[in-house]
Amino acid sequence: MVRAYLLLAWTWLRASAQYPASLALLTAGSFVINGLDVAAIWVIFTHTSTLAGFTLPEVMFLYGTAGLSFALADLLFGNVDRLSQHIRTGTFDTMLIRPVSPFVQMAADRFGVHRLGRCAQAVAVLAISLAQLAVPGGRAWLIPVMIVCGTVIFAAVFALGGALQFLLTDAPEVANAFTYGGAQLTQYPLSVYGEQLVRGVTFILPLAFVNWQPALYVLDRDDPLGLPGWLRFASPVAALALSGVAALAWRAGLRRYRSTGH
Amino acid sequence: MIEAEGLGRTFKVRRAVVHAVRDLSFTVGAGEFVGCLGPNGAGKSTTIKMLTGILAPSSGRIRVAGLDPSRRRKALARRIGVVFGQRTTLWWDLPLRDSFELIRLLYKVDRARFAERLDEMCDVLDLGAFLRTPVRQLSLGQRMRGDLAAALLHDPDVLVLDEPTIGLDVVSKAGVREFLLRTNATRGTTVLLTTHDLGDIEKLCRRVLLIDHGRLAFDGSVAGLRALVPDETSIEDVVARLYVSSTPAGSPRTRPRPPADGLPSGTA
Repeated sequence: MVRAYLLLAWTWLRASAQYPASLALLTAGSFVINGLDVAAIWVIFTHTSTLAGFTLPEVMFLYGTAGLSFALADLLFGNVDRLSQHIRTGTFDTMLIRPVSPFVQMAADRFGVHRLGRCAQAVAVLAISLAQLAVPGGRAWLIPVMIVCGTVIFAAVFALGGALQFLLTDAPEVANAFTYGGAQLTQYPLSVYGEQLVRGVTFILPLAFVNWQPALYVLDRDDPLGLPGWLRFASPVAALALSGVAALAWRAGLRRYRSTGH
Repeated sequence: MIEAEGLGRTFKVRRAVVHAVRDLSFTVGAGEFVGCLGPNGAGKSTTIKMLTGILAPSSGRIRVAGLDPSRRRKALARRIGVVFGQRTTLWWDLPLRDSFELIRLLYKVDRARFAERLDEMCDVLDLGAFLRTPVRQLSLGQRMRGDLAAALLHDPDVLVLDEPTIGLDVVSKAGVREFLLRTNATRGTTVLLTTHDLGDIEKLCRRVLLIDHGRLAFDGSVAGLRALVPDETSIEDVVARLYVSSTPAGSPRTRPRPPADGLPSGTA
């Protein structure tokens, strides 16, 4: 699977290298657009010194970790959200006749480095926040773990969104509500949202484990909702569980695939 | 090589259940060359999609090269080649040569055998002139030759083609036909194709399956098909009579249709 992914990704990279100017513009554009997100956070902090009890570097930490996880998942699997387009134009059929998982083919389709723009911006924000936070080494070990788990969680959300498109071929935007919506949601301390929503993204669609729960440990904070302490380390479990659900949903969707025409 | 037994596929269209294919049974032996005829919407493409594992059947049983297509899709992909006349299976922005190389890697074809196969294809299909051209810039005839080569690079046991000659000029058409005959004869590849071009049927197929309203309406030789309508001389007229006689008089061909059994069934 990894081999097939790399082969396809490399092929697409070479194809996109035919248009170097377009590549550079897309990458720069993605960096700038995501930069505006950070500007929005900065604007908030010119009016207040804390957001739901979190300081600017802390919010940037939450933003940077969620942003990096999402950017990596998007880089590797984000194209899955174009499934309905492939179904409508019939190109998904051609993926089904190859000896490679259609999920891998979808994920690698049109792989491009322009998605690195988002990664670069998230890394920059994370680096700035870490420089100001001075997290002790005893807590910092959780940072790479949370980024990996966050990436897996977002990848699973992309797969779930893809699976949904087998049923809702005409409404891919429904899936975007969860993928891009999830990315937006996790950029801020979850305590700015209502308690029911936070419980929902902790126990139902476990976005809280992308960054919120582990970040509470890294930043040495109490959970504003008073949820048990072991949840801070539960990200790997949440990531695995959600991946399992996503894999089942994708398979079920594929069985229900009805192609186009008759 | 291909076995279908009581094969059925239904689609739900706004709560109505449409039977695209129903109770279809046939077998194709190794090395056969079979053509599949039928009016638009008869269920040919649905059948092809079930044979290639793209669609899971709603009922019945299929085996292609001994495999259940929709459950063993990846294993099946190595045993069959598929060509869609209406769309390419190649990578739009890649030069033909790179598409072939990618196929070699994805199918894990041995490098020496691949080179040998590719040489042969270039020779027979005359691909040399546009091997370095991106697929999107190829003419339909060139693209179809590229698609044929791509479907056969891994030396499959079965070749399935959905309208391979659609839109081709007479010269390209003749080239494709000759290539298919040659592949079938020299490699013993089992070929199943759908077509609306009766020339394909007459020139290529030793056996014809006529599908209508999702059912098998005829299975036999071209001569047998002609014998169904003895007073017509050209194969076009024979088939036109068969298609028309299965449609309720004067009604446009729309889906879903009531079952009509205007065709003689299973004469072979």
